Amino acid sequence: MTRKISISDDALAIACGANKVAEAFRKLVPDAEIIRTSSWGMHWLEPLVEIDGQGFGPVSIRDVEAVISGTSDLSIGHIEEHPFLTKQNRLTFARAGKTQPLSLDDYEAMDGWMGYRAARKLGSDIIIEMILESGLRGRGGAGFPAGIKWRTVADTPGAQKYIVCNADEGDSGTFADRMLMEGDPYCLIEGMAIAGLAVGADKGFIYVRSEYPHAIAKLRTAIAHCANIVAPFDIEVRVGAGVYVCGEETSLLESLEGKRGEVRAKPPLPAIKGLFGRPTVVNNVLTLAAVPYILAHGARAYADYGMGRSRGTMPIQLAGNIKHGGLFETAFGISLGELVNDIGGGTASGKPIKAVQAGGPLGAYHPPAQFDLPFDYESFTKAGGLIGHGGIVVFDDSADMMAQARFAMEFCAAESCGKCTPCRLGSIRGLEIFDRMAKDADLKAKHRTDPVAALPQMHNAPKDRARTISSDLQLIRDLCDTMEYGSLCALGGFTPYPVMSAIKNWPEDFGG
Amino acid sequence: MKGKKESKTVVQEAWIKELVLKNPAKYLLIDDIVSKHKNMEGSLLPILHDIQFEFGCVEDETKRYLANVLNLTRAEIQGIVSFYHDFANAPSPLPIIKLCGAEACQARGYRKLRDEIGVVANGRCQIETVYCLGLCSAGPSAMIGSDVHAQLNTEKLRHLIEAL
Ligand code: SF4
Ligand code: FES
Repeated sequence: MTRKISISDDALAIACGANKVAEAFRKLVPDAEIIRTSSWGMHWLEPLVEIDGQGFGPVSIRDVEAVISGTSDLSIGHIEEHPFLTKQNRLTFARAGKTQPLSLDDYEAMDGWMGYRAARKLGSDIIIEMILESGLRGRGGAGFPAGIKWRTVADTPGAQKYIVCNADEGDSGTFADRMLMEGDPYCLIEGMAIAGLAVGADKGFIYVRSEYPHAIAKLRTAIAHCANIVAPFDIEVRVGAGVYVCGEETSLLESLEGKRGEVRAKPPLPAIKGLFGRPTVVNNVLTLAAVPYILAHGARAYADYGMGRSRGTMPIQLAGNIKHGGLFETAFGISLGELVNDIGGGTASGKPIKAVQAGGPLGAYHPPAQFDLPFDYESFTKAGGLIGHGGIVVFDDSADMMAQARFAMEFCAAESCGKCTPCRLGSIRGLEIFDRMAKDADLKAKHRTDPVAALPQMHNAPKDRARTISSDLQLIRDLCDTMEYGSLCALGGFTPYPVMSAIKNWPEDFGG
Repeated sequence: MKGKKESKTVVQEAWIKELVLKNPAKYLLIDDIVSKHKNMEGSLLPILHDIQFEFGCVEDETKRYLANVLNLTRAEIQGIVSFYHDFANAPSPLPIIKLCGAEACQARGYRKLRDEIGVVANGRCQIETVYCLGLCSAGPSAMIGSDVHAQLNTEKLRHLIEAL
């Protein structure tokens, strides 16, 4: 019997050396069948090798011989019994690790196209009813109910309608879209085709960021393979061009139209006047990928997971300085502390956790004191943060929170689309203030002078009044206020979250 | 009025001919790229991606040429090329390493790596910052061409640079 050796061909596994490891196995055991699967999402174990259900990881080329001869100490036992996996509720990522991404047979064997076939029988009204009943909300950040969007598009007259998949996953600490597109592309295609049936659209676009070449290649091949299954629904992959703000739904549409990706003012809603002025569903990858499950297993089966108005599961991404980083899909309601400590195992560096940023570059920094916060939309909003796309980034105690606050401003300045002043200029002013404060702190440390002595550093300093750290911080506060309320979109509007949360929770890092 | 228009057309054709004569192969390729995408809606980004891929940049002359064939103004094309980080005005003389500088990689040592690698990189490659490659649980990470690398430290990155 030929041995089966499975190794992921997910970009992260490859970045950790999976291709070389696969090659080494091929050389050492030429008669074995090397299968390239999707990733289980246990990233600290990548490259993770599976032989007859038994897992070994992380395997480097030096370990290959020992793994084959059974003398390796990298064994993690039966993969599917690993606590990281058994603690999850994998609905969207049910196939992760188990199938070959482009194999139609594998997909079919694990419930593939079940939802789509059901949808074809049910028809538009019932599909939308099911999505509404499932409680599915946009997984991209804003959390808007998907069914309401679909209903609006379905009810808006128009000869041509579109399904646009937002795959511009730009948030730091997020990779679930990438993993799904690379590991289970048919699932996304199936979700889009169902959306098409629901609203009466026969054309879909997937807008993928250019930083994801592996996902782009997989999607293109997958679309070609299953074209006849979803016909007449037709999907095109479009590639972004390195601009973060194109993840905002209206600037994404501008970019798809071949223009500068500047944010559009709403209304009109994209559901009514979207791509090329036509009714358009814009949904994130994870939103669309949740749809096949709902159609195949029923709205209740999905809605039974979760808490409050956050229904179903969320693929949470554990990233940054974390021991057990990876993808953890679970029902809403798990606490932040459980996620980073019990599941994530604390920091990778072994030092104490200082801060956790949730929700990407526009999300707040949370101190360990907030670790009992339940992971759901409402709780995070109440705590002055957001869950966004479900990314969680852990920092150990070497993090300098002023540097992180400064970076938030720098990022906003670098990525602003330029349409509104608070965002375009405010971010640069914020950057300047932080730099000035850092310089003051330096000067203070070096010369032990008081801030008044550093005054000439600042060209517009009021000469009659000492500029102090607290006056600088007040300036930042005012600036953040202006940005939050004066910006057109989330980039300028939410940058104050990381900045203000850092100032509030770690005042000592700001020279106070 | 009519006369004016005609003379404009003549002038345009003259500069186009001049351009094409200077480098016929290049403009043939551009024509190919344009005709491949022309019939899709919103074709400009796919066209620019292909041009950036083929020539490593979208130079001023190319913009001028494109404006003409796509019936856009040069300002429009310039506005779009400058908006997107992926498009360059001039080719980079050195190989490019895209190093992720976003938060998750910062939490895993990006700042130190960036400081330490400067000297090694000097003259050998151009280090560009990108914000997230989706490898955030295994950073710091980098992309060279479409090859991805994770769990970087100064040593590993130096090897990558030396192998360029
Ligand atoms: S907030 Fe910033 S990114 Fe958003 S529309 Fe305004 S300028 Fe553009
Ligand atoms: S933050 Fe560096 S890869 Fe995501």
